Parts: sequence; C-alpha cells; structure tokens
Amino acid sequence: MEDAPALERIVRELLASQRLAVLATEAQGKPYASLIAFAAGPDLKTLVFATPRPTRKYSNLAENSKVSLLVDNRGNREEDFAEAAAATILGIAREATGEERESCLAVFLGKHPYLSSFARSPNCAIFRVDVEAYYVVNRFQSVSELHVRR
Amino acid sequence: MKVLLPIERTAGEERALVGGKALALARLGTAGFNIPQALCVTTEAYSRFVDSGGLRAAIARELGRKRFEDMRWEEIWDAALRIRTLFDRTAWPVDLGSALRDGIRSVFGDRPVAVRSSAPGEDGVKASFAGLHESFLNVKGPDAVLDSVRRVFASLWSDRALLYRKELGLTPTGSEMAVLVQEMVPSERSGVVFGVSPFDADAAVVESVWGLNEGLVDGTVEPDRWTIRRSTGKVVDHHAPVREKRVVPGPAGTVLADLPPDVSVRPPISEDEACDVFRLALAAEQFFGSPQDVEWCIAKGVLHVLQSRPVTTRATPDGSDNRSWYLSLKRSFGNLKNLRARVEGELLPAMGREAEALVSADLPALADAELAEEIRRREGAVKKWEGIYKSEFIPLAHGVRLFGQFYNDAVAPADPFEFTLLLSGTGMLSLERNALLGELAERLRTERNLAERVGSGGRGDTDFESRVGHLFLEYGDFFGSAGSEAGRRGVLSLLLEMSRRPPGASRGSAEDGAARRDRFLSRFDGESRSFAGDLLELARDCYRLRDDDNICLGRLHSALARAVEEQGRRASGGPWDGVVRTGPGDTIETLNEPSDPPGGEIPPVMETSSFLQRDRQLVGHPAGPGYARGPARVVRKTADLFALRAGEVLVCDAVDPNMTFAIPLASAVVERRGGMLIHGAIIAREYGIPCVTGVPDAVYRIRTGDTVSVDGYVGIVTRFGKEAPCDMPGAERR
Repeated sequence: MEDAPALERIVRELLASQRLAVLATEAQGKPYASLIAFAAGPDLKTLVFATPRPTRKYSNLAENSKVSLLVDNRGNREEDFAEAAAATILGIAREATGEERESCLAVFLGKHPYLSSFARSPNCAIFRVDVEAYYVVNRFQSVSELHVRR
Repeated sequence: MKVLLPIERTAGEERALVGGKALALARLGTAGFNIPQALCVTTEAYSRFVDSGGLRAAIARELGRKRFEDMRWEEIWDAALRIRTLFDRTAWPVDLGSALRDGIRSVFGDRPVAVRSSAPGEDGVKASFAGLHESFLNVKGPDAVLDSVRRVFASLWSDRALLYRKELGLTPTGSEMAVLVQEMVPSERSGVVFGVSPFDADAAVVESVWGLNEGLVDGTVEPDRWTIRRSTGKVVDHHAPVREKRVVPGPAGTVLADLPPDVSVRPPISEDEACDVFRLALAAEQFFGSPQDVEWCIAKGVLHVLQSRPVTTRATPDGSDNRSWYLSLKRSFGNLKNLRARVEGELLPAMGREAEALVSADLPALADAELAEEIRRREGAVKKWEGIYKSEFIPLAHGVRLFGQFYNDAVAPADPFEFTLLLSGTGMLSLERNALLGELAERLRTERNLAERVGSGGRGDTDFESRVGHLFLEYGDFFGSAGSEAGRRGVLSLLLEMSRRPPGASRGSAEDGAARRDRFLSRFDGESRSFAGDLLELARDCYRLRDDDNICLGRLHSALARAVEEQGRRASGGPWDGVVRTGPGDTIETLNEPSDPPGGEIPPVMETSSFLQRDRQLVGHPAGPGYARGPARVVRKTADLFALRAGEVLVCDAVDPNMTFAIPLASAVVERRGGMLIHGAIIAREYGIPCVTGVPDAVYRIRTGDTVSVDGYVGIVTRFGKEAPCDMPGAERR
C-alpha cells in the first residue's frame, strides 16, 4: 500500500499520461457523465477543461458547480484488474474569465495544442476545477484518498 | 495451431513455444542420443487454457493484492494455493482438450508416462530451475495425463517458483509453461551426472540409485557417488551409502520400496558404467558447447537420456541468495513426521521445563548481582528458543500445507482453505486457557455482587481469586504484566467486558470436526485411506503444536519481562552493566520468517506539502470468512488491549499468542502480518470471527474509534468517515 508521496506520484503520472477524463455533472437530481479533454496545473490542485456553452454539461455546471471526474489508465485488458490505476476527482468547477481564462487556456493548450481552434472559439467556455480530493484506486480494490491542503 | 508436438518435430521450434527441457531433449534426439518417446504440450496450449478460463486476470489479482516484495512467504504460499485451486477447477476448452487427448492416446494409449515441466525460462544457461516445478511419474491414460498437465501448469505459480523467479528478476505475470509427456522408461537403475563438479573444475560427478530417479532428485534415496577426473576419464573416488530403498512404479504414481538384501549389497552401476555415463555427459557437452547436468537411466542394459541442462553456478558471494532456501520449501511426509516427533517428544517438553524453571525463581529474594545474572540467563533462554522456533517450529507449518494440498487435490473445493475446518478442535493450549477465562467471565456474568466488587477494584471470593491466580500461574502473565496491579486490573476489566456478552457467543465449529473428518476419509479406501488419515493426523498435530509453541515462547518472554520489571523497581547503577533493559509491555512482537519483510515499526508518510492522505479501502488476505462493522480498537502496546470493548474491531500488527484470549470479544480481527495459518487467523476461524490479515501498516492507517468494516470473504477493510464533498467550502447550488 502506498504512502502519500507515492500516491501523489501516481496521480501526477495519471494526469500527465491521460488526455481524456470522464466528467460527472448534475442538475435537478439527474447525474450526467461526459468525456472531456483536460489538463492539470503543476501543483495538481487545479484542472482545466473546455466546453462549448450550448452543452448539457455547461447548463448543469451553471446549476451545480460540484463535479466529479474519473481519470484512469486502463487498456481494456484482463490485466487491468490488477494493474490499472484510477483517480476519482472531487472538486468545484467555475468558468474562468478575463486574465484567468488566458492562463487556463495556456495550461490547456500546452497539453492539447491540436484543440486550439476549438478552445479559442468565442463560444467555448474554459472551466477551472479546484480539486478537493483525489480518490486513488489501484490493485483492483485498494483505495486511498489525497485531500488538498489549502 | 501448435498445441501438441511430437518430440521429433520439436528441435527446430522456439524455446518460448516448447520450453528448455523439451528443446534440449529434442536436439539430443536428432543428434542420435537415446531419448524416450515424447510429446510436447506447448506454451500455446498453456495460453489457450489460461485465456479460456480468465486465469490471467485471476493470477494477476491474486499476486497484485499488494506489492510482491511486501508479501511474506506465507502470503505467497496462500496466493499460490488459491491459484492452484483455480487451475484445478478450470476445465479444458473442449477443442483443446480433445486435441490433446487424441494426440496423447494415439501415441501412448494407456501406457504409463512421465509428465514433466518444460518452462521457457528454465534450463537456460543463466537460470537453472532444476526441481522447481512439478513432475508426475507413472501417469496412465489421456485423462489422467491432462490432469497432471494442468498441475504442471499450476506449478508455475507455486510459492517456490514465484520466489525463485523474483530472485532472478523475472516478472511473475509474463511467465508461461510447456509440458513434456514422456514415455516411462522401465529402468532398473538411474541417476544424474554433473558434468562439472561445483567444487572441482576438473571433476565430474556421477550419482546413481536403484529404481527410478525420483528418489534421488527429491532426496529420499541416498545415491552411490563416483568422482571422475575430466581430463583422464578415470574414476578417482567412489562413495557408497547404506542402500535401503528404491522408488518403483506403483498402481498409479510411484512408491518407495525396500531394497531386497541381495540387491542392496551391490552398487547400482559398475565403474565401467559410471564411465559410460560420464562419456554421455561429455558428448552432450560437446553437442551443446557447454558442460551439462544429465538425468539418465538404464533399462535392459541400454542408457537413456531423460533430460539435460547446462551447468549453472550458484554464486553466493554475500550469502544473500535465498534460492536454495526457496527450493527447500517443500518437505516430505517422512521429514515432517520426524520433525513432529522431535518437536512433540523433545523440544516442546524441554522448552516447557525451561520456562517452568525460570518462573519458579523468587525474584524479590535475589540480591542485585543475582538478579542481573538471572536476567542474563533468561535472555539467553529466550534467544536460544527463538532460534529453535525458527529452525524447528516454523517448518511445522509445512505439515498443514502438505495436507492442504492433498485435500484440495482430492476434494477440489471451491474454498481452497476449506481444509482448515478439519484441523480445529485439537485442544490447543490457548483454547484451554480461553476456556478458563470463559469460566471466570461466566461467574461474573451470573453473580452480580461479584461483578460489582471486581468492577470497583475489589477482590473476588476465594474461589474466584484462586482461579485468577491459577490462570496467571498456568498460562504466563499477559504481556509481562502479571504481579503488577495494572496488569491484573487490565485482565479483570476484559473479563468484565466478556461477562457482559451473552453466554455462548463464541461460534466454534469444533463439534463439526469429527463428522467432517469422517466424510473426508470416506472418499478413500484401503491404503489410500490410511495414508489420508496419517496425513490428516500429521496436519492436526502440526497445527496444534504450532500454537503450543507460541504459548510456551510467550511464557519465556514473560519470565524475562518479569525479571526486567523487578530490576526496574530497584535503584539504577550497580551490577546492571551489559544487561539490556527491555521494558515490560514491549513484548508484543512478531517472529519473522526469513522472507518476512520488516513491518509495523515505521509509520508510513501520510502527507505531502500539497496533500493529506486518508485510506478508504485497505486490501489484505481473506483469512476468516464473515462480515462485521464496528469501531476500531488499534492495539500497539499492552494497555491498548485492556481497553478493548465487546463488538470492537481489533486492529494489530500481529496477534501475539498472549492476545488470543481477547479475540472472542472482538467483532472482527485485522492484522498487518499476513497468512492463513497464522495465529490471528487460526483463532478467528475457531471462533467464527471475520478476519483479514496482511493489511500493510494496519495500526497506522486505522485509528482507534474509526468506524471500519471487515469483509473476511474477500479480504477488504473499509474505513468510513465523513465525506469531504459535503462540507466543501465555496460549493454553490442554485
């Protein structure tokens, strides 16, 4: 079982190696999951993603800013049960504006340069997620939480 | 599809497909060496078998519960047993099974064969796996052969094989296995030739026994040994043993038989034949380009090669190579019977006498210098018996293991640890002690006045007090605190806690034991039944003795602790130089086996500059079936245990023999030390209490008062806490 520095390494590697995450939002009691491209800030305390405004996730986020994301390195193989790691992320998402939008865009496009025209389009919102905790799952059922110190 | 190849068509194949043993033999065959007719079941067959049964994921899961380097040998054995059971219970895919069955029938019919491992990684120049995996001799008929093939597959995952490959830096999950199905050569004489002696580069060694080679390879038959000078080809030495036994084919498998007197007086081979065998090794050496160890046999005067592998040197410059120890992890029935006799007849009684002698000394009456001497004496005794514990008592666990494997082979149960139910009810010392505690608790339960008096710190009546006295005298003190008022109060407070539980709360399964044993034995008849009975008896004895030795060692520890306690009461200085002061209460300790990683001493780092860690689900080994949820009681030192309350989950580093009396109070047991056959697991099973063992850093990752659940079916401990998102600052909900 890992200690905190090892868990932090696992999270860092997951966030660096994976391009996509599953984002869970909610409105009016209805949960909703979608696949998004994301990037992480260097201290792992913030995540960034982009979404056009006329989407379900955007309207859900307008109603409830609490989000959960899932990032994992599964390869759709039997060995995943023992070897894959996943992080369930809990946090609060809000749309970045002004200067913050620019700095978040820089983080996002640093990882996904091919999404530049998508992310820079005027109707695309840039969201910043303040991470509250990572729940790291590995070895099939071993679960440890990393809570962000603020 | 290459799942089965005749040996003649194997020589040109990849080692990865046919394995080292089959490849070497096939190549010798094409060069004109005399090899037995054989078929090779390839690694492709292995792959199809494990893939069809989903075994790859299951193996990865069994070995991935925790980091491999963090697993004790016992835990690895447990995982290996579970994996073996999985193989046994996995059916051959229909088309693969019939392809193999047809191929084997067409070549061998119902003639006896040997089924031998041929792992791609084994018998290479760098890694010799001699004797590491299973072989089965004298197997008859395609169905029996397929059963043996499956077991040879499974032996890739035995504790020995896993540890050995780890030592060589080979990853466990990437391994595959081919199997050689070889005609049984009805040999009268057999042996091994070592192309180069490990002790002398100009010497070769020929070993030979009467009968089959198995007796030589597994060490049950001592061979004649010739040393031959490589440069001259001349015999320079012949060592003749007392020849008593030989291994011969039985109805199925092999049996060890007495040598007739007229045979035992003669060496199995002549000096000329020894030279023939040496020349065989030399020819193989020339053929392969490196010195070879060759297993051979002689049938009707003709010399056959059974297998050939390169000589490997086992360099152990720093003595840290454990491979030979891993190979010794398999003990024979005879070896274990001797061990049982020695432990039960000599060692345990001697240990008991020594403990008794130590306890009888009147410590307060000793002068300071005498007390210092007494402490040294007790330290010496503890050290001596700890050594014997490791070398003689711990191996008794193999008796239980041997039976477990036998039971699983015969019964093929869904639960690979079902056999432990046949072991209970053996009258272990700790259960006797716990029964005495139960009587005391019963009096406290039924006599309110007595409970009130004892609860408010007073004394009980004469009968009660004499029983308490008897308890301490007979079973040592608990955590070295006998004689001290705090220790007495601690134990009494636990007794009061026990008395508040309804009677008969323990759910021992001992009453089922006899019926279960009868049912098991009724599966066999004749000689097999008496063998099964003997093996079961051995296992039950080993199981009982493994507990008694712990109790006895506990007495020695407490004798030392008491002397040290006495020393602590006296002024410092004087004759105490060189006497180690070990505080009483520090005697909860684990006796590690050689591969037991140090644990439980260093708390894990639970934070970084950015994050605080909280563990939610901790994975260990399912050691006692059941599910319970309750507040945790983390026991790191003596006094922690006295605070245990009924229904709490006992969390500890290792259940010390002296802790077992408190287990019936707990709703579940969690321990850092892993294994199915360790103390905590044994006692928890006796009482039907859910138990998870092998949870890393359990005493640090769980805190007293945490609500935890223990799932003893799958080996998971869950810590419940308030969920962070509920009180996240700044959350908006419109």
